[in-house]
Amino acid sequence: MTETSTTVEFTPERLTIAQEMIARYPQGRQKSALLPLLHLAQEQWGWLSPEVMDYIGRMLDIQAIEVYEVATFYTMFHLNPVGKHVIEYCRTGPCCLMGGEEVYDYLKQKLGVKAGETTADQKFTLKEVECLAACGMGPVFQIREQYYMHLTKERVDEIIEELSR
Amino acid sequence: MGKKILLEHINVPGIETFDVYRKQGGYTAVEKAIKTMSPDGVVDEVKKAGIRGRGGAGFPMGMKWSFLAKPEGVPRYLVCNADESEPGTFKDHYLMKNIPHLLIEGMIISSYALGANKSFIYVRGELMYVIRILEKAIAEAKAAGFLGKNILGSGYDLELVVHPGGGAYICGEETALLESLEGKRGNPRNKPPFPAVKGLYQCPTVVNNVESIATAAWIVNNGGDAYAAIGIGRSSGTKLISASGHIKKPGVYEIELGVPVEEFLYSDEWCGGIRDGHHLKALVAGGSSVPILPANLITKLANGEPRLMTYESLSEGGFQTGTMLGSGGFIVFDETACIVRNTWNFSRFYHHESCGQCSPCREGTGWMEKVLHRIEYGHGSMHDIDLLVDVAKKIEGNTICPLGDAAAWPVASAIRHFRDEFEWHITHPSEATQPGAVFKGEMALV
Ligand SMILES: Cc1cc2nc3c(=O)[nH]c(=O)nc-3n(C[C@H](O)[C@H](O)[C@H](O)COP(=O)(O)O)c2cc1C
Ligand code: SF4
Ligand code: FES
Repeated sequence: MTETSTTVEFTPERLTIAQEMIARYPQGRQKSALLPLLHLAQEQWGWLSPEVMDYIGRMLDIQAIEVYEVATFYTMFHLNPVGKHVIEYCRTGPCCLMGGEEVYDYLKQKLGVKAGETTADQKFTLKEVECLAACGMGPVFQIREQYYMHLTKERVDEIIEELSR
Repeated sequence: MGKKILLEHINVPGIETFDVYRKQGGYTAVEKAIKTMSPDGVVDEVKKAGIRGRGGAGFPMGMKWSFLAKPEGVPRYLVCNADESEPGTFKDHYLMKNIPHLLIEGMIISSYALGANKSFIYVRGELMYVIRILEKAIAEAKAAGFLGKNILGSGYDLELVVHPGGGAYICGEETALLESLEGKRGNPRNKPPFPAVKGLYQCPTVVNNVESIATAAWIVNNGGDAYAAIGIGRSSGTKLISASGHIKKPGVYEIELGVPVEEFLYSDEWCGGIRDGHHLKALVAGGSSVPILPANLITKLANGEPRLMTYESLSEGGFQTGTMLGSGGFIVFDETACIVRNTWNFSRFYHHESCGQCSPCREGTGWMEKVLHRIEYGHGSMHDIDLLVDVAKKIEGNTICPLGDAAAWPVASAIRHFRDEFEWHITHPSEATQPGAVFKGEMALV
């Protein structure tokens, strides 16, 4: 899904959204739009390549390094190519109490990957994340904007099958 | 004890829409405040209500509002903290997703009281679907004339901006949140200056939790005195509790402050008791950062009296026998839970989330995680237990922000109350490392 540096540009629809995002912040404070724009970019390209980050920097009239230092600080941004679906699995205590570790082991085995890896068919990337603010509905993982809660091994089978189609 | 202020209408179908929310009496508080009250009049009611910040620290909201500096010609900002990342806490998520207009209404009233014309809701980026819900609610409120220019013909203008985080627990700390909102890394600032004087863009700023702000509508409608009459003493009002772990009914509950812990835990109205066939072993009452307590200390005070769900009662006994209400993340452990493993898990969390600015926190959290890992996996020595206590002590109070304390307390309290469990891991490594193995010594089960 990556594009070469010469073609790095938001789609027209996203460009409009990006301009609206920048306009929300006070005059001269356009840097505030950095996190929203990085999310928008990741939505389009799947991950944040240096070329994409440079593009965002130009758009906000800030140094490229200011984009890199932010993109590397926050865990939601993927700095390397990822599979079609990124599974962000909650590994924190309350989810573990609900059987999160067992389900996680099963998921890893099923996909044949460890945390941080992508399946050979490029369909799934597995990432470990901390508490997703859904502890009472654990175990939990997230794929893009969708929360999957009350996970069991059976539920994992269903979800993976559905997304593999 | 069933008074509901925030969740009263939670089960009304369509309550997430403007029309249904309005039919249930929504936005009447905005009308009342803007048409009949002065900004300072609203601040006074919030002061009278005595509501303490619901984000964790419990600082009185009205007092915080009255500290806001008001230099001529300088904009002031209200920022809502919807970063909700404290393990065990999921109430703000629940509230925003189900009744977004309650927060929007609270934001309008609070912004009016503080004289802010642009206010922000900083939502953790993982909750992008909730951000879309809030943006829809804002558009609806704007279309109805409750937001934008010249609200209700009063001359007061307000714009609300929902801002996504990027995945970082530390951005829940208010000054880190402001840095993040300015498009930077979430490194907490040194205080002073406090946000009330120099906050967002170096302008006077108030940061409040979602639940705190959402309460403003009820306070305006019913008056500060009516709010103060709910609850007990300095723990006035209601509190949302996120209940998780080994209970029959995990979920978000609104309680009147003052409910006995035992009742909250065992009554069918709330947690419904420990899951069948199991017993209470330990409990974290206010999110992962507060001290863990063993069963015998959580439902009763050291003197045998019932412990209540209030700021004061939960902290009764200091850290020797007490804990804190914190964010209201109520995590319940039965006898199958391994305290060492949980402590290691929490330690890993704090190490992962430390922003790295202060050496005691950056190095100390990593060190504690490493030592706990080796104890959990059967390679620990007795000396390691004292080492952990020592490291925790050296982090506490020696850092820029309270994340350091938040990392130290769970470790120190687990060792204080469950030392024999750590020792067992060290003296019986082959048993302790069996899958699902848990220390079966003299636990004070209830
Ligand atoms: C490490 C850390 C994380 C925090 N996370 C949150 C959070 O997710 N939500 C929140 O409202 N407050 C959080 N706080 C507390 C805030 O700094 C601040 O006290 C609070 O938002 C003020 O709002 P309140 O007075 O309405 O509670 C956190 C504090 C620390 C030190
Ligand atoms: S205590 Fe930890 S999280 Fe807080 S500023 Fe220091 S290093 Fe960062
Ligand atoms: S611990 Fe998994 S969502 Fe909170």
